[in-house]
Amino acid sequence: MVIKTQSLVSLAQNLVDRALRAGATDAEAVVYEADEFYTKVRLGQVETLTESTSRAIGLRVFNGQRTASTSTNDLGEDSLKRLVRGAVELSKVTEEDPYAGLPDADAYSTVRNGDGLGIYFADVYDLPVKARIEMARATEAASMAADVRIQNSDGGTFSAATSHKAIANSRGFAGEYGKSYCGIGCTPIAQDENGMQRDGWGSGARTLRKLDTPEEVGKEATKRAVRRLGARRVPTQKASMVFSREIARGIMGNIFDAVNGEAVYRHATMFEGMLGQQVASPLVTVVDDGAMMLEDWLGGFGTLPFDGDGLPMQRKVIVEKGILQTYVTNSYTARKLGTKSTSNASRGLAGAPGIGAGNFYLQPGTQTPREIIDDVKTGLYVTEVLGSGVNLVTGDYSQGASGIWIENGVFTGAVEEITIAGNLKEMYKNIVAVGNDLIFRGSAASPCIRVEGMTIAGS
Amino acid sequence: MSSSPATLPHNAQQIFQDGFGIGTALIERCLSAALSAGGDFAELYFESVTSSSIGVDEGIVKSASQGHSTGCGVRVLSGERTGYSYTDVLDETHLLRAAKTAAMIASGPSTVRVQGFREATTHDLYPVVGLDAEITHKLALVQRADKAARAYDPRITQVRAGFNDELRHILIVASDGTWAADTQPLSRFSVAVIAKDAKSNNTARGSSGGGGRVAISYYDTQRTPEWYAQDAARQAILQLQATEAPAGEMEVVLGPGWPGVLIHEAVGHGLEADFNRKKQSAFAGLMGQRVATDKVTVVDNGTIPNRRGSLNVDDEGVPTQNTVLIEKGILRAYMSDKLSAKVMGLPSTGSGRRESYASAPMPRMTNTYMLAGDDDPADILRSVKKGLYAVNFSGGSVDITNGKFVFAASEAYLIEDGKVTAPVKGAMLIGDGPEALKYVSMVGHDLSLDEGIGTCGKRGQGVPVGVGTPTVKLDRMTVGGTGR
Repeated sequence: MVIKTQSLVSLAQNLVDRALRAGATDAEAVVYEADEFYTKVRLGQVETLTESTSRAIGLRVFNGQRTASTSTNDLGEDSLKRLVRGAVELSKVTEEDPYAGLPDADAYSTVRNGDGLGIYFADVYDLPVKARIEMARATEAASMAADVRIQNSDGGTFSAATSHKAIANSRGFAGEYGKSYCGIGCTPIAQDENGMQRDGWGSGARTLRKLDTPEEVGKEATKRAVRRLGARRVPTQKASMVFSREIARGIMGNIFDAVNGEAVYRHATMFEGMLGQQVASPLVTVVDDGAMMLEDWLGGFGTLPFDGDGLPMQRKVIVEKGILQTYVTNSYTARKLGTKSTSNASRGLAGAPGIGAGNFYLQPGTQTPREIIDDVKTGLYVTEVLGSGVNLVTGDYSQGASGIWIENGVFTGAVEEITIAGNLKEMYKNIVAVGNDLIFRGSAASPCIRVEGMTIAGS
Repeated sequence: MSSSPATLPHNAQQIFQDGFGIGTALIERCLSAALSAGGDFAELYFESVTSSSIGVDEGIVKSASQGHSTGCGVRVLSGERTGYSYTDVLDETHLLRAAKTAAMIASGPSTVRVQGFREATTHDLYPVVGLDAEITHKLALVQRADKAARAYDPRITQVRAGFNDELRHILIVASDGTWAADTQPLSRFSVAVIAKDAKSNNTARGSSGGGGRVAISYYDTQRTPEWYAQDAARQAILQLQATEAPAGEMEVVLGPGWPGVLIHEAVGHGLEADFNRKKQSAFAGLMGQRVATDKVTVVDNGTIPNRRGSLNVDDEGVPTQNTVLIEKGILRAYMSDKLSAKVMGLPSTGSGRRESYASAPMPRMTNTYMLAGDDDPADILRSVKKGLYAVNFSGGSVDITNGKFVFAASEAYLIEDGKVTAPVKGAMLIGDGPEALKYVSMVGHDLSLDEGIGTCGKRGQGVPVGVGTPTVKLDRMTVGGTGR
């Protein structure tokens, strides 16, 4: 678990230098190192225990306006030579792209490491292996003890991971940071005379200090599995939808995908040409903040010192009271759209940077979830969607769903094997209530929302 | 690799022997270390993958990339417990460390000894292909696709085409005497387009693709870039005029080929042995019982030459096979890996697969499809009064435990009085796995397998798979549109 982060940056810089010597006009290297621990305890017995370390490097080279990239996890000298030579050779084959290129030297983030951001805590590995197994066991045990209808389980888990990433390029940028993660979870299987239902719950954090207890996680998982028992179908109809915050997060996340600069320049989004226009209900304000702190010592799950291009992180309001304010871009798509990068470059090992969110959320409203449900005459509280039936070009939305039926503000039983359908463009405008229950359990978050005008297909 | 054409070792085993000095003696030391804490099975999985991709976007070949990945996963079983560790450094120090880490799943004195190795009997399902196909050849292929899509219709405004290929060498050695090596080529062509109609201001997308464990000549002769491009463009243009999909229960006819994703989701996952061994599947306890009409026979067949889902050996070194899962409506077999086979007292069906050396194997599908029936596809359509004819899908998923599955139609039409009429927008179809195939009333004689685009995800691991079906009529299924 000893990681010499200094060597990652120097390795990245070394690769950049080699690429320039091999004929590249510009170059950018990424070095990634990670270790992970995972254990699953099922029915009280350890089922799986995994522990490993890995490293990989990626190189992107420019030959004028042509680019190419290579990657490897073999850090041997022969392999590095092959990596550099391969990238430079490949860049002679691709075609000129007038928009290709690294950001200008004065654009880079002055924050070059994760100090003070609260995203790396070595304590995720503090527990001895026995105690980690005990966390997984206790989570499952709490779940199974919470209800007699839980007699089977897909196990309780504990995981820990740290990773380090360094980026360097030929315009003088060099930075690195570490991130840590720990988590517990469990997946109980509830059973009654009607059949089996599975659900799960988990808690993840950057430090052990912020992890929920096994007791809390186990009980919540059981509550979720048990409430699905006896689920019925409902007839095809139009009905109100209250999306729980886990599902609302996905629906709001589609806004991020629809304002992705890549989709915009490809004319592949329903929000093309909509800047300054009403795209959602006035209740909707959506923010992406790559520098957000959850507490003064703890960064958000999406907080980083710089983006995949090396640019400084930013907070931007994407939708303000329903009006579309900005698209999200990296340096390449910003150049294509004639704007300034919003620092949303996400950098994997291979290829050019993509676009990713920082901490992305819908700002909370004032009503409690209970108050929102109280107002519903006939509708569905949606707790799960199944499938990938979202078309961002047209906005067409059709998903499998399950949840709890609402009659006159009261829950009247579980519902499953139905679909819910509508069009996102209308769904966003038909958000008639936003909950006050925003909590960050990951880098994207949303309070619950109520949407009118959708169609249920059922019996 | 234009710079250094790869010289092809005739055998994956040699890659590890010549490149990293992995010999029998080292392997035996590692397996012994893995068994040192009392495990009853140990396995080393060596993998070396070289991949490349090239793509055209907005008429420009903007990107090309190459990647290498090498590593070894060590697995130790102790009863039903699994210890796993991997390393991407293939030297003795790192291999032994991984072996000792995986060994910790057991606790006790060493009891099992490494058996004499027996080389696995395998199939010969794919060509010996290098990645030495000229990069200029691949470049020409994607450029042809770009041109063909744009030529199809002036309303095609955006085209992206890509070619991805990889060559995977594996060597699997285990304490039960397993010794298997394989070299697995895999390639895929993909085209995605956007169509825009200035008059109606409608926009639509279309996509197509395919490939398999084939030589690059496949894309010059069997399926050309023009074929994929025109298929993608045709779908996008069609979608420009699509009306609302209907909502509710109705008769559904699935076209041949990729709509076999129904089989994959409705019954395939539910018949993977691990879910049944742990009694987590809606199919647990249904062996020997009726789960479909007698018109339905479903197989998982890993032995079809050149298919994306085919393998000479699975990722545990067991030769793949053709397994009958459902025979005339009766559930006959689960798909099993070594662990589930041992616990359930059944033979492995050669279904142990993994995404890479970084993951332990699980029971997975290969090519899963329904066998042909006797009905004429035209008669099937004629028999429908009001329903949906779905010919293309974008994917699906399933909740194994309650059996509910969805799959998303991306090209579908209304059927009215036996005639295929208006194209409709994409819609989700939903059903219940153990029930859905009890509504299969007609099965066409036109079985076909998909084009070779499927990747199946399970517990975070993706593996290439195939699906297939003849034209099939389901008397009842729920269609998730917004219309009437």
